[in-house]
Parts: sequence; C-alpha cells; structure tokens
Amino acid sequence: MTSALQTLIDATALGSIYALVAMGIGLVFGVMRLVNFAHGELITAGAYALALTNHLPLAVSLAACFAVVIGLVLAMDVAYRPLRTTTPTTMLVTTFAVSFLLQAVALLAFGARGQNVGVLPELNRAVSIGDVRVRWVTLVSIAVGAVLLGATAAVLGRTDIGLQMRAAAMDPRTAQLLGVRASTVIRFAFVMAGILAASATVLLTVQRPLVTPSYGFQLVIPALVGVVVGGMDRLVSATLGGFAIGFAAAVLGDVLPADGRVFLDTALFLLVILVLLVRPSGLFSRSRAAWERL
Amino acid sequence: MKRLATGSQLLAPVLLLALVGVLGNFTSRSVQFQFRFALVMATIVIALYVFIGNSGVVSFGHVSFVAVGAFAAGLTTVPEALKLSLSPDLFPLIAGAEVGNAVSLVLAAAVGGAFAFLVGVPLMRLSGLSAGIATFAVLVITNNILRNWEAIGPGARTLSLVPETTSFLQATCGAIAVAVVAFAYQRSRFGRVLRASSDDAAAAQGAGIEIHRQRLLAFTLSGALAGFAGGLLVHLLGSITTQQVYLDLAFVTLAMLVIGGVRSLWGAVVGALLVSGVNSLLLTAEGGIGLGVGELNVPTGTRLVTLGVVMALILLFRPRGLTGGREVTLRLPR
Repeated sequence: MTSALQTLIDATALGSIYALVAMGIGLVFGVMRLVNFAHGELITAGAYALALTNHLPLAVSLAACFAVVIGLVLAMDVAYRPLRTTTPTTMLVTTFAVSFLLQAVALLAFGARGQNVGVLPELNRAVSIGDVRVRWVTLVSIAVGAVLLGATAAVLGRTDIGLQMRAAAMDPRTAQLLGVRASTVIRFAFVMAGILAASATVLLTVQRPLVTPSYGFQLVIPALVGVVVGGMDRLVSATLGGFAIGFAAAVLGDVLPADGRVFLDTALFLLVILVLLVRPSGLFSRSRAAWERL
Repeated sequence: MKRLATGSQLLAPVLLLALVGVLGNFTSRSVQFQFRFALVMATIVIALYVFIGNSGVVSFGHVSFVAVGAFAAGLTTVPEALKLSLSPDLFPLIAGAEVGNAVSLVLAAAVGGAFAFLVGVPLMRLSGLSAGIATFAVLVITNNILRNWEAIGPGARTLSLVPETTSFLQATCGAIAVAVVAFAYQRSRFGRVLRASSDDAAAAQGAGIEIHRQRLLAFTLSGALAGFAGGLLVHLLGSITTQQVYLDLAFVTLAMLVIGGVRSLWGAVVGALLVSGVNSLLLTAEGGIGLGVGELNVPTGTRLVTLGVVMALILLFRPRGLTGGREVTLRLPR
C-alpha cells in the first residue's frame, strides 16, 4: 500500500513536468498549427544557463535561465515565420532540423560529456508524510505544475490576449478578419511556452542534474507523443496527454518486473499505438472531426 | 513525344545515380566510401519516397524497416561459429542460417516488406499527426526490442564481421533498381490512385478507391525497398549497432526527402545526394583541405552545425523542396 502510494506520488510529479512541456507545445500548436520539436532545446538551453551560472546567487541563476529560454523562444518565433504558409510535413521536418541544429551547437560549445547543475540541491532532501518518504522536489513539482497550469488557464480565460489566442486557435481566418493580429498572438503563445519550459527546466534539473546536448530532446519526444495521444485540438487534452504519458511511464517503470524493465519503451509505445487506433483524434479530445474511417 | 517526356522523368534520376557511381570510382579510397554511402542513403530515401511521396502521409517508422533489413542481412552472412561467439543466445534458426550476399539482400527486402505489412494493417487507417506519431512509436518499439532481445540479434553489442560486399557496382545498381521500381509504381494504376487519394481523400473515396488498401500496398512496397537498402547498408559498413539505425538516420533521411521535394522521385534523389555531398565535404574539411596557399581547417563539430544550418535554411526558404516536387520533363521544341 505504502509503495503504491509512493509510486502514485512520484508518477504525479513526473506527469506534472511533462504536462508543463506538453502545454507549451500545445499553446504554440493552437495558434500556429506548428509542432515544435525544438521545444526541447529551450529546456536544454535553460539547463545550460543554470549550469554555467552555478556559482552565482540563486536569483541570478534563475533569471539567466528564464532570460535565455525566452530569448531563444523569441528567436524561434522569428525564424518560424516563413513556415506559416507551408504544409504540416514541412513544418514538422523544419522544426526537427532546428532542433538538430541547436543540439549540434550545444555539442560544439559545451561538448558531449555533460555539465552538472547544482541549483536548489536542498530540494533533493526527503520528507516523511506518514509512512511515505518523498523528496521535496516531488511535492514542489506537483505544486508548481498546478499553479502554472492554473495561471495559464487564467490568462487564456480572463484576459484579452487569451481570448484572442483562443479565437485564433479556433478559426485563424475569422479571427484575423475580426482584427486579431496573428503575429502578436503567436509571439505571445511562444513567450508563454517559453515561461512554462523554463519552469520545467528548473524542476527537472533538480532531479536530473547532468545536462547533455540531447537533454531536452529526450524529454520532448515523450511529451510530444503525449500531446498527440491526448489530442491536439484542445489545450486541455494536450496537457492531460502530457501528464498521462509521464504518469504512465513512471507507473510502468515501477510495475514491470525487473527483467522486463528494459522493454518499458515497448510497453509504453504499444499503449500509444493502441490509443491512437481506438481514438485517432486523441484520448481526451471531444471532436470527432479528425475521426477518420478509411 | 509523350514517351520522351515520360522517359526523361525516369532517366534523370537514373543518370544522376549512375554518374555518382562512375565518378566515385575515380576518387581516393576514403572518398570512395563516402560516394557509396551516398548511394545507399539515396536508396533509403527513395524507399521512403515511395510511401510518403505518393500517399502524403508522414512516416517516421521507415528506419525500422531499414534496421530489420540490415540485421537480417547481417546475421545471415556472418559465419555461424563467429555468430555464436558474438551472441550465444541466438535462436538456432538464425544462428544456423548462412547464405550468400545476393540471397541476404533478397531476405532483407522480404523481412522489411513483411514487417511493414504487419505494421501497416492497423496503422494505415491513421492520417496526419496521428500517423506520424504511430509510425514513430513503431520505430521506438523496433529499436527497443532489437536492442534488448538477444535471441534475435546481438542486442546492444555491435554486429561485426559482416562481409563488406557493397561495391560501387552493387550500390549503384541497387539504387537504380530501387529508383526504377519506385518509378514503375508511381506510373502504375496503384500509384496514380494513391496520389489521387492524397490530393483529395473524400473525392477519391467517392470514386470507389479503397484508401486503406492502397496505402497498405505502398507501405509494404516501400518497407521492402527500405529493408533492401538496410541490407546494402550493413554490407557497406561491415558492422552495425541498433543506434546507427535509429532517430538520427530517421531524421536525416526524412530531411533529405523534404529538402529535395517530397512529391517527386527526382526530389528524393537530389535531396539524398546533395545532403550527403555537403556532409562529405564538411567531413573532409574537418580533416583539413589543402588550398594551395594554405590549409582550410575547420574545428571538429562544425560539420553538424553547418549541416543543420544548411538544412534549416533550405526548409525555411524552399518549403516545397529544391525541386518543388516536380520531375524532370524534357519536351522537344515544337
């Protein structure tokens, strides 16, 4: 019982981090119909910023992380501008190429061996709640995840720019005709995605302190899978999908027998295929539009 | 007149491949390897094109067919004694199998095609991003199993001592053969029907086209070609690990196809050869290029950055690919 509860708490924490990443991907997809593979490199860049400012005060480190991530995300906004009129395949492959490029730059600049981030080490200490021992970072991840998701929902639901973003996501042409400026909305979505990514970076580096050029890429792949499995048509379902994949990965990792654990990916991705076959438009999606019968 | 136009559509890619094969013969030994590698990459990209170009559905999963082809061809050509010392847990059937070079390539194609068919039966119902992610899942699963199940391969270890039989003749003929098959398919009734369905799925279905069946046919064919290309690859390298036929290769081959132009055979060939060429040039430059007066020597690691920049720029500013997805069509002046 204790270990089941332990597993659930750990899984919720991992799910929260994936949800932050998934929400960033979903925000950009909503307003631009673009799946940004290079979202992971935002996390990598943030993690390197933390690693390089390790010796400085915490506030400086965090500021550097957020500044670098938001700077990079604004650069992506500009770079992706020519893509707005192209096909989904080209968009996908281009963002993949940008991701490849940024990883190559990181490899050239920092080498393959990896660097250590030592920000907020006290979060790795354990705390006992009843019979269960959890690390602080687990609780903080869940709390920060919940707060940021709530904040994003508030921005989307209660502000003008949020309303415009929802309008643009629903019907870009009509939104434009009604005076919504596509560039402003897209830039805002990118910045929000950047803030979410930077927050996820800080939480993630506490648990996995070794930063390599493929640090964020390894995270974004499952998150992206989660987004599609959850359903890309609504931000809520994309975010839930991200949460679900993180949760499922953590639970499967605990439930599978020791000698079967190497086949974790197989189990996880078989599940993904099954979900897609049963609900092609997404597990939590409401629409039946993408539901195709060939 | 029309026959000339059609002929030139096939002739252009075939001539380009043949040219690369012949030119490569006149270079130094290390550069020769780069040329043969480019031809094998072109073979993989053409296989990819047969499905993606005609159906309009993205597949990240084709490298898994390359992988099973490569391991099938590799495992059946390494001598039995060596094989068992390398991976003692192999199934007796695989451990005992020992065939010649040509048979191993056919086997690679058969395994690739059969695997693609099995995967395709459920997956070809999906379109768009769902299809992309599902095929990606196939890639992850294939890699995960090949890497950890030591009864069907060397697992995480390197499969080495594979006979290096992919000569210039084989690489060139292999690439040309695959190009001819791809062209024959795209001109056939099946190819045209699939293209029609990707242009307008609703209209095609209205006209009585069974999209699922047509996609499955293309997927199986392109899986077989990818498996064959995997056979060529393993016989070129002489050794292979599961990580060599995983994400990096999947991305690079897909990028080559999109850079050349997804919708044409010419685009697939041009994209594969161009990116391979740039890559080889940079590889040589990292070793230092003599320029007469001095030596141009770029630091290690710049290759990947430059390659990334080149690919990203082409994709951003020529989103339909360098060829615009058109074939080369010669017309006599009237």
